[in-house]
Amino acid sequence: MKKIISLLVRNRPGVLSHVAGLVTRRAYNVESIAAGPTENRDITRITLVVAGDEKVLDQVIKQLRKLIDVIKIDAIPHENAMTGELALITVSFTPEKKTEIMSLIGLLGLTVKSIEKDRATVMIAGSAQSVDTAINGLAPFHIRAMARTGLVALPLDRDNF
Amino acid sequence: MTKETKKKRGRAPANGAELIVDFFERNGVDLVFGYPGGAVIPLYDALHDGNAKHVLARHEQGAAHAADGFARASGRTGVVIATSGPGATNLVTGLANAHMDSVPLVAITGQVNTSSLGTDGFQEADIYGISIPITKYNYLVKNPADLEDVLAEAFFLAGTGRPGPVLIDVPRDIQTAPAKSNGKKTVSIPGYDPRPVPDDGEVEALAGAISRSRRPVFYVGGGASGEGVSETLLKLAEDSDIAVVSTLQAKGVFPDDRELSLGLPGMHGAKYANLAINESDLIIGLGVRFDDRVVGDVRGFAPLARVAHVDVDPAEIGKRVSVDIPVAGDLKLVLDRLAKTIKPSKKPAWRERLARLKSEHPLIVPESRGNLIKPQAAIRALSEATGGEAIIVTDVGQHQMWAAQFVTSTKPRRFLSSGGLGTMGFGLPASVGAALSGTGLPVALVSGDGSFQMTLQELATVRQYDIPVKILIIDNGCLGMVRQWQEFFFDKRYSQTVFEYNPDFSALAKVYGIPGKRVENPADLTDSVRELLETPGPGLLDVVCDGGENVLPMIPAGKGQTDFYEAEENPPRPS
Ligand SMILES: Cc1ncc(C[n+]2csc(CCOP(=O)(O)OP(=O)(O)O)c2C)c(N)n1
Ligand SMILES: [Mg+2]
Repeated sequence: MKKIISLLVRNRPGVLSHVAGLVTRRAYNVESIAAGPTENRDITRITLVVAGDEKVLDQVIKQLRKLIDVIKIDAIPHENAMTGELALITVSFTPEKKTEIMSLIGLLGLTVKSIEKDRATVMIAGSAQSVDTAINGLAPFHIRAMARTGLVALPLDRDNF
Repeated sequence: MTKETKKKRGRAPANGAELIVDFFERNGVDLVFGYPGGAVIPLYDALHDGNAKHVLARHEQGAAHAADGFARASGRTGVVIATSGPGATNLVTGLANAHMDSVPLVAITGQVNTSSLGTDGFQEADIYGISIPITKYNYLVKNPADLEDVLAEAFFLAGTGRPGPVLIDVPRDIQTAPAKSNGKKTVSIPGYDPRPVPDDGEVEALAGAISRSRRPVFYVGGGASGEGVSETLLKLAEDSDIAVVSTLQAKGVFPDDRELSLGLPGMHGAKYANLAINESDLIIGLGVRFDDRVVGDVRGFAPLARVAHVDVDPAEIGKRVSVDIPVAGDLKLVLDRLAKTIKPSKKPAWRERLARLKSEHPLIVPESRGNLIKPQAAIRALSEATGGEAIIVTDVGQHQMWAAQFVTSTKPRRFLSSGGLGTMGFGLPASVGAALSGTGLPVALVSGDGSFQMTLQELATVRQYDIPVKILIIDNGCLGMVRQWQEFFFDKRYSQTVFEYNPDFSALAKVYGIPGKRVENPADLTDSVRELLETPGPGLLDVVCDGGENVLPMIPAGKGQTDFYEAEENPPRPS
């Protein structure tokens, strides 16, 4: 089972170390962790995607809630979440494959950030699934570099936050 | 430096260091433990004029354990100061120890100047990063304007909710930077509840379960050593015939001499304690962690019982053992409400069963073999001679478990022992702190010949401040607890557990100006212990003991509640 955990934390210098340290120390299975500012500059939002059984996930949430800097924690079921992710992908290719790859990029709806004769960097922003689809689509070519932000999420029900 | 050259400052703080000392004064911190160094010279300069007394340990680990012992004995937050780099890293064991046993501490470390942070400067160690997993919270102060708020938050966090150590790393230039008090009084941290109020429904569910139970057991931990818990617990247990098992941290919270007291549960608990858990239909955990040394095999724990767990830290509830009746909240609030709700109900059958278990499986002090003192007898002699009117501190090993078994404690905060981390060397410095905690009680240390050698430099502290600690060394010539495991589980292959050399501990004490005696003959034991206690000032008694003795009963690690090890057989090695 996987859960999206959304944290609102005090925007303090060591807060990411505290969160990251906790999940590694307690050997939790964290698939992604993304942090960024919120509408309030004293507060940061951290989104984690954690895998584990019910008991483990329950512990993850309780241990995270215990961190002094955590102001609010919500476990959002996937079906109640608006989620998004962004990825930058650099592929390389031989010049004769360029047309093929350009049409694939168009087909997948990727944004071209740079293009040269033997390589291109594209960007995709969307659901985790659409990012996966883009990566799978480009996989037959040589993926030289990739950066994924990890999932960010908000609950569908905004009143809840 | 003589007293005359010390001039009290008596003016508003002018820099960060003075602000710290001023904060101590305004917040009733009258005693701190520590060790100076380059990065805290400004702070020590301010302390020189301050009202708080500073006790100079002989090692930062000693200072940390002393602050810890002070806190355990008094319930107040202990304070320890160390310099940057090696001074700070020497605190690590002390912090981890306090963290595991939820002891309120504030550690203040010096650090290189803010401009040098991260450059591997002389005596720079990232104690902020190092201490994240072993503190409740920690700070690196980068702005002088933050210092006072950080201090206030740190003391607030250390002493409230589930207590724990908090570290403040203060770069040298923050100590010397101009600073003045902002006079702010209150601390509030969003999302942090210092005293969580229990949910009515949860408390009612627990009250109902207790009323219906026929064989209830309170399983009490360190979380119950807070002010005013003991009395309510006693009333609840006696009114409804609830048996009580107490972890190392809770020893004395429920008086050991009561019929309902079953003492320590788990690995080295009496058989009757574990059998009672095994037969119980309701286990009520109070401020405990369901630690592996108590529970053993999680699947086999209390097979007939529903499990209730009351804890101020919701993360403890269900962490190891599945809980049927969770109650998250302040323990005193919960017990007070239970005491109001629950109607007394006598359970003669359960009482009778408990009495029978006790008489069938008593804890025994074995007879002397040849002319060797049994360590258990030495500890019993200490317990009888102090009669509960002393703080007993232990080190870690067999002697610690025998102390848990054979010392009778009747009040909370009178049995101090490193439980969660099991830190050898905790004893002597913790005794120093306990003796200075203002309880007025005598302090006796039960140490081992191994443990004592880990922090014995603190004998100098004992002498310098004339601290009347009574040191009893259970001298079995070995690292007894490890030797025991080797005997039971590793074919008696005593790899590196027998001391081929030990100092003469009584002579060692004398070198430090402390009266030292040695006793070897069982016939002299009682008198020697009495003499140790009755001679004013510090003293050390080296009790030369039978080195082949084992702590029994024993449930091997990870085994079920009634899988008592029979000392004669040789089971296969644990894999
Ligand atoms: C700092 C530290 N190192 C190692 C251990 C492992 N250990 C646990 S008990 C023990 C033996 C302690 O020997 P001693 O103090 O003589 O006590 P005894 O068991 O002989 O009573 C050891 C080595 C520990 N608990 N702490
Ligand atoms: Mg020993």
